[in-house]
Amino acid sequence: MFLYEKKLQYPVNIKNCNPKLAKYIITQYGGPDGELGASLRYLSQRFHMPINEAKGILNDIGVEELGHLEMIGTIVHQLTQGAPVEALEEAGMGGYYAEHGYGIYPVNASGVPYDANSFAVKGDPVADLVEDLAAEQKARATYEHLIHLSDDPDVIDPLRFLRAREIIHFQRFGEALGLVQDKMMQKNSYVIKPEGMCKR
Amino acid sequence: MDSERYNLLRQVMALDFYLVELNLYLDTHPADQRAIQLFNTAMANARIAREAYERQCGPLTTYNSMNNGSSWQWINSPWPWENM
Repeated sequence: MFLYEKKLQYPVNIKNCNPKLAKYIITQYGGPDGELGASLRYLSQRFHMPINEAKGILNDIGVEELGHLEMIGTIVHQLTQGAPVEALEEAGMGGYYAEHGYGIYPVNASGVPYDANSFAVKGDPVADLVEDLAAEQKARATYEHLIHLSDDPDVIDPLRFLRAREIIHFQRFGEALGLVQDKMMQKNSYVIKPEGMCKR
Repeated sequence: MDSERYNLLRQVMALDFYLVELNLYLDTHPADQRAIQLFNTAMANARIAREAYERQCGPLTTYNSMNNGSSWQWINSPWPWENM
């Protein structure tokens, strides 16, 4: 079960609207390496993890990513709130405005809607944790690109926080992968049967 | 999961669900005094049930309760998606 806390994980207070930046940053809302995909990936993969350390880290990082999704939505909202329609058009967001107005919708930087094909659930703990390691590095790289594109310290500050979280998550997934592989090296556990299968 | 744990958990689930229903109702009826009274009573009951569960069976949330014992109790089985 989920319980919402009425706070952001890290403050977002952007004074100047900037639709050009919003158009780029929205990719972390609905793009292939964005927070929505990250959360769905981890919260879906946790079900078949063989050890409690891996269940815990996928559950807890998957939940934290929902908090990051909220931060990105807040950034995009504050960057577009009050911007004249002409400014959205100039920033290349005319098509977005036609469909969504000033609403927040999960698309990538080119305006393509969120696609679950951007992540995988293989049902194999090692394959899935290795994907998670790559996902964190791709998200880190995306945040660096977004920081290069940004010139507003109010925007760069939360982006730097989110970039740092990707590095921590990469570290924790690496540790979880090590623990899963240790478990698989134990006698008679090269093939890990799904828990439900063992009971029937 | 042993039956005592299951009973304690069912109580928390039922009381929390009651709170969810009152929560949604109050979102659209914020001035309903009777519903606010019911919410506050239910809230107190849910807190008692939650504390009883956590004392015996471990944490229900990750950073709202103290860790009892020398290892991190949060990751212990059963997880909610595992058979009881």
